[in-house]
Amino acid sequence: MRDIRLLTEPFYPGALIGPFTNANPGLGGVCTFVGEVRLDEGVEALELTHYEPLTLQGMQELADRAFARFKLMGLLMVHRVGQMHPGEPIVCVSAAARHRRDAIDTVDFCMDHLKSAAWFWKREKRADGWHWIEPRADDYADLARWGE
Amino acid sequence: MAVTILFLGPLRDLAGEAERQVSAPLDWAGLLDAVGPDVAGQLSGERVNVACAGKVLADKTALNAQDGEEVALLPPVSGG
Repeated sequence: MRDIRLLTEPFYPGALIGPFTNANPGLGGVCTFVGEVRLDEGVEALELTHYEPLTLQGMQELADRAFARFKLMGLLMVHRVGQMHPGEPIVCVSAAARHRRDAIDTVDFCMDHLKSAAWFWKREKRADGWHWIEPRADDYADLARWGE
Repeated sequence: MAVTILFLGPLRDLAGEAERQVSAPLDWAGLLDAVGPDVAGQLSGERVNVACAGKVLADKTALNAQDGEEVALLPPVSGG
């Protein structure tokens, strides 16, 4: 079961996880990560933009690499674009596998790539206007762990 | 008779517009010329990628965009 999506409207991760789990009968473990807009003082909104010809295709290629690298049964990868507010989900990655390590590592792998190697641009709105956000050094270090 | 240049992310602010039409064909020197010194400065760095007709170029200096194609300027990304 493979479900890769870009969404322009708010979503409820819980509504995706149940059907995803049911679609992978015989699994041994499911690992799910949900990223939300953090409540940071002064941040009123977050906006993610993408580039249509590349972004979803890039997520599909990331999923291909995850399936090639780990023993996976299923992968759900959903990413928001557009304007969001604190508390709203931005991203949800869920992996189903026979054994826990493949599920956990797949989610870790996909998130590291979505943070700093997928075609998204992020900016936040503060009282004085919009500010673009670049990945932190930690994000690049996390990505480098996978030795690609 | 045009190529559309698309400014993604922070490059849009630097360019002062989301896209610009220029005449075809468009090569690397023509691109640097067309985008103005600020964006050209960013483009020359390693961190900005260029896509032409929906494909990221392995060597952006080999750009050769034809009539009707879209050239996207892709600054460092941040998602999640």
